[in-house]
Amino acid sequence: MSINRRNFLKFAGASTLIGVTGTAVIEKILLTDAEAAVSPGSEALTAKRWAMVIDVSKIKTEDDYKKIIHACHSIHNVPDIGNKKDEVKWIWEEDYEHSFPGVSDEFVPESIEHKSFLLLCNHCAKPACVRVCPTKATFKRPDGIVAMDYHRCIGCRFCMAACPYGARSFNWRDPRPFIKEETKEFPTRMKGVVEKCTFCSERLARGLKPACVEASNGALVFGDLEDPNSEVRKALSAHYTLRRKPEVGTAPSVYYVIGGNEHA
Amino acid sequence: MLDKALTGSKGYWIWIFSLLAVIGVGVLSYLHQFDYGLGVTGMSRDVSWGFYISQFTFLVGVAASAVMLIIPYYLHDYKKFGKIVILGEFLAIAAVTMCILFIFVDLGQPMRVMNVILHPTPNSILFWDATVLNGYLFINLIVGWTTLTADRKGVPPPNWVKPFIYLSIPWAVSIHTVTAFLYAGLPGRHFWLTAVMAARFLASAFASGPSLLILLCLIVRKVSKFDPGKEAIQTLGKIVTYAMFANVFLLGLEFFTAFYSQIPGHMHSFVYLYAGLDGYSKLVPLMWISSILAIISLVMLVNPNIRRKENLLATACVMIFISLWIDKGFGLVVGGFVPNMFERVTEYWPSLPETLITLGVWSIGFLILTVLYKIAIAVRERTASWPELH
Ligand code: SF4
Ligand code: SF4
Repeated sequence: MSINRRNFLKFAGASTLIGVTGTAVIEKILLTDAEAAVSPGSEALTAKRWAMVIDVSKIKTEDDYKKIIHACHSIHNVPDIGNKKDEVKWIWEEDYEHSFPGVSDEFVPESIEHKSFLLLCNHCAKPACVRVCPTKATFKRPDGIVAMDYHRCIGCRFCMAACPYGARSFNWRDPRPFIKEETKEFPTRMKGVVEKCTFCSERLARGLKPACVEASNGALVFGDLEDPNSEVRKALSAHYTLRRKPEVGTAPSVYYVIGGNEHA
Repeated sequence: MLDKALTGSKGYWIWIFSLLAVIGVGVLSYLHQFDYGLGVTGMSRDVSWGFYISQFTFLVGVAASAVMLIIPYYLHDYKKFGKIVILGEFLAIAAVTMCILFIFVDLGQPMRVMNVILHPTPNSILFWDATVLNGYLFINLIVGWTTLTADRKGVPPPNWVKPFIYLSIPWAVSIHTVTAFLYAGLPGRHFWLTAVMAARFLASAFASGPSLLILLCLIVRKVSKFDPGKEAIQTLGKIVTYAMFANVFLLGLEFFTAFYSQIPGHMHSFVYLYAGLDGYSKLVPLMWISSILAIISLVMLVNPNIRRKENLLATACVMIFISLWIDKGFGLVVGGFVPNMFERVTEYWPSLPETLITLGVWSIGFLILTVLYKIAIAVRERTASWPELH
């Protein structure tokens, strides 16, 4: 979390030094607010590399999926614009074939073929989105989370072209009128910037697990990939898992348990 | 010298005011986009770059093509290009200006564009693209303006400008190479992930830019007393022919790799563009028009008898320009997004405001081009009777 603070100070310092326009000043004020919301306390959860294991066989009904997605979208002020063109989403459902294109086999157990998977940003260890961003508005934190600074993003959408997972959404229009119940604890975004899942970095700072994990009844497991005793590592050694498009070399940190039957 | 642009025939002023009118409509559309957001365009979560970025990509090529005049003239002392080098440099200035404007109108938060400079990020190709584009604009402004000023005074260009002229050669190659790298380095976009992308960009640039130059030369000869020279135009015609063959060859390589290997990811975008995918085929007619125009124009150009007839050469150039515009100014960018990362198809078509903004930017480019050419022509008309300078 300290990186946020440091980056912010560096950024603030640079802006003042160069003596840029009023926009920068406004950005600074806004940033300070956002920073305050996520400044770390002693109860903060920390890790070397945060990761998630998703076992969709444990998500039974459509309502269970809805509950998980709603948990995320409601606390992060993700708008529901209601058309596919302007759509903004952080975590969503997709079938097996389209979750793992190129990997999906012709003959798979029905329970997998018709199962919905939950897709979200993979918080890649070698994220393409970070590599291409011309402003460092998308950056990787030391704990592995790929984070975003909505106040620095210029909306060039290079990161959307680069992400191999379609994890990023752009605000094609002002999202605020489409937020059903605004949460004051989390900043809303403006039109013209990109956004995506944050692995709930603001909750981790308060000692809480990501909202989707909490709402999942144990189907989503979250922890430190570099800690052999963590829950994610235990899940990984107990199950055969898949990651999306491992061949592109981004090293995703989200794993999927491929069970094949209800008892897997 | 700018005063030269302020006197002109009735036709000249009608042209200028028509451009201004289109620019006005474009500016109004942009204000609407600025207010509402990029949602006024046809772009979506799945096709997140559209017309603006593809125009930018196409025009970088037009800008880079000035080297096709500079290399023969300055490196090989090909005198026949002496009179028209300036036309190439001024075309480059207009084209780069359009490129920069197209990037600008594509930004979601245009007021923050300075963030690219405030937070320089060398690992981002976009950072390098912004750097080389601005550098190229700067070089061509210096070179174009000093050589023309020297010409007007009837003296050879000052020596200090020579290094800039030589620098402009690798620089022109760099702008198009870096632009290709925007695409060719992205994991997961099979259509763009190809090592010949930069080579293909350069080949198509050296076909589209010089064919536009040929057309401009013919127009210049029609509307003024300045004759760019029959032979110079013929040489340009040969350059277009070779470059277009190289371009079609490179495209053929892409087809071979995709379809002989039968790797689905490599084939999908081509299938979408040329045959339609999962029942979606909006771009198919356009891509076929592009291919047919390319073939007809090549058949024409390769035949010296046809090429030597200027009106037929002009026809072939129009075809090549349209063909390459479709290929690079539309299909190349959109094709990379279809199918999307989940192998589903979302189609794209530019919206009305998006089209008007695009036309507005093109008109700004043509306005700059007209004014610069007007000045160059005025100087050339005056010095036409003078003995060869260089
Ligand atoms: S999934 Fe996409 S957006 Fe998320 S870190 Fe990886 S490349 Fe970036
Ligand atoms: S849209 Fe924003 S986050 Fe994405 S690459 Fe551009 S500046 Fe970076």
